[in-house]
Amino acid sequence: MSEARTPAAAGHKDIRRDLLMIAEMVTPGSRLLDVGCGDGSLLEYLASEKQVDGRGIEIRQSGVNACVARGLSVIQGDADSDLPDYPDAAFDYVVLSLTLQATRNPRKVLHEMLRIGRRAIVSFPNFAYWRVRLQLLLGGRMPMTAALDDPWYETQNIHLCTIKDFDELCTRDGFVVEQRIAVDGQGRRLGNAPANWFGAQAVYILRRR
Amino acid sequence: MSAALPPLHSLDPIGPGHRVALGETLPLKLDCGLDLGPYQVAYTTYGRLNADRSNAVLICHALTGDQHVANMNPITGKPGWWVTMVGPGKVIDTDRFFVICTNVLGGCMGSSGPKEADPATGTPYGLKFPVITIRDMVNAQAMLLDHLGIHQLFCVIGGSMGGMQVLQWAASYPDRVFAAIPIACAAKHSAQNIAFHEVGRQAIYADPDWHKGDYFAQETTPRAGLAVARMAAHITYLSEAALHRKFGRNLQNRERITYGFETEFQVESYLLHQGSTFVDRFDANSYLYITRAMDYFDLAAQAGGNLANVFKGTKTKFCVVSFTSDWLFPTSENKEVVRALNAAAANVSFVEIETDKGHDAFLLDEPEMFSTLKGFIDGCAEQHGLNGARA
Repeated sequence: MSEARTPAAAGHKDIRRDLLMIAEMVTPGSRLLDVGCGDGSLLEYLASEKQVDGRGIEIRQSGVNACVARGLSVIQGDADSDLPDYPDAAFDYVVLSLTLQATRNPRKVLHEMLRIGRRAIVSFPNFAYWRVRLQLLLGGRMPMTAALDDPWYETQNIHLCTIKDFDELCTRDGFVVEQRIAVDGQGRRLGNAPANWFGAQAVYILRRR
Repeated sequence: MSAALPPLHSLDPIGPGHRVALGETLPLKLDCGLDLGPYQVAYTTYGRLNADRSNAVLICHALTGDQHVANMNPITGKPGWWVTMVGPGKVIDTDRFFVICTNVLGGCMGSSGPKEADPATGTPYGLKFPVITIRDMVNAQAMLLDHLGIHQLFCVIGGSMGGMQVLQWAASYPDRVFAAIPIACAAKHSAQNIAFHEVGRQAIYADPDWHKGDYFAQETTPRAGLAVARMAAHITYLSEAALHRKFGRNLQNRERITYGFETEFQVESYLLHQGSTFVDRFDANSYLYITRAMDYFDLAAQAGGNLANVFKGTKTKFCVVSFTSDWLFPTSENKEVVRALNAAAANVSFVEIETDKGHDAFLLDEPEMFSTLKGFIDGCAEQHGLNGARA
């Protein structure tokens, strides 16, 4: 269900740019659960670079196999079904990268993440990105971008939202936004540009109030 | 490495391997409260123990398995029960690891059990053999490892009842298990599974040749009862889809149904064959003892009812494997183990293998299982400093 994380071609230093951004947010030596961990490149990077005690959940068997072959502890499952199995405050961080929009019940998933983790790190494609708006406005068709790359009839993304929507849910449900980073289509951090227009993706660090 | 082996029972061709007498000075303290000693453990080994004794892998067999994992079975003449998994260059690579498999306590392939002679009388124990548990089996294996001078196992692996032993190993001897692979098992035997076992036991009790377990003295064998037990159990090892794929409603050696009670369907013939070949290699009393041991298994009960407490503070790395079509130990029960391990902050991996082959899938050619386990074992070997080193 997560956007496929293809195996890193070379060493773990080459992890995807958005994963590197997440890695930078994590305190060394912490305990972390990566939900939708793909082939485990983030977990492996964090283990070697930040001595993070990591665990993963991955839906695809090939991903789980790749992870266990790297010596990572990963269970086959998904965000909707498997988070309730973890005890309260089991982790310092629970990471959900570009997967929230593909969950059946994103609001419940967020609550579960903040139950089992002290902090949640969540990234998602911003549906109010200017290219998306423009495609819908001028083309009159469902938008397709680098972050939203499947046609409407094949996409796993059933709960898309915008940065504004997400902020509103955080306020409503009492999640404290500790940090919010929006990146453009090339994965560069936005300067002062309005995030909900120019952010292709956003990464949040949340905690409970 | 081991002391001189006592001679094998002359009437008991247990095949290649070894047999030791243990518990001569310190008996095995059984869960039922009795002491057992001396007792015999029959086992096979493959590969070589390395200099620092860090490459030992213990394979735990299932209910009706034995120690002949990867050699020709001396009774059936067929290849060992896990040649798909164990051997040179295989997932459990005997070029790298020193592999040990014991016949479980209570078994009938050379370890102490109801079929073996009671040292006190010189005649088979029969039902005088004490009732044993999965933990007793594991404690007996631990005493064998003491005898072999192996403190820590690199890995303990097994499916079904073998998986129960793996869990018990990790619970009883956490510092002696670096990696644990429980496959297609559960932390407790379910009511449904106890029920299936009871059907099998009742079939044995109902056989007049059973003689309340004293059939050796009567020079009979409760073949019919044991065969029915096996037939009923065998159904639970498969799946509806697998049975349908193999047999459907195909008729046995006939064009149309005959309105009688001869073997009408192929699936009947298959089960009859399973039953009759089983009684040639298995002891009916052993079947009673070992099914009982599985029924008693409830790991959480050993820690006040909380399974997570069993694994508290464990450093063992776990890889739990289940199969989609296994209705004897369904994924949900395997995941209970995973959940408890997560709650105990243990290192646990879990995969559910997609297959229609039912519970027995762990014994069969399942490429996805092999690839997951190869990855897990190789990863653990690297962390354990076993890579590249050939024993």
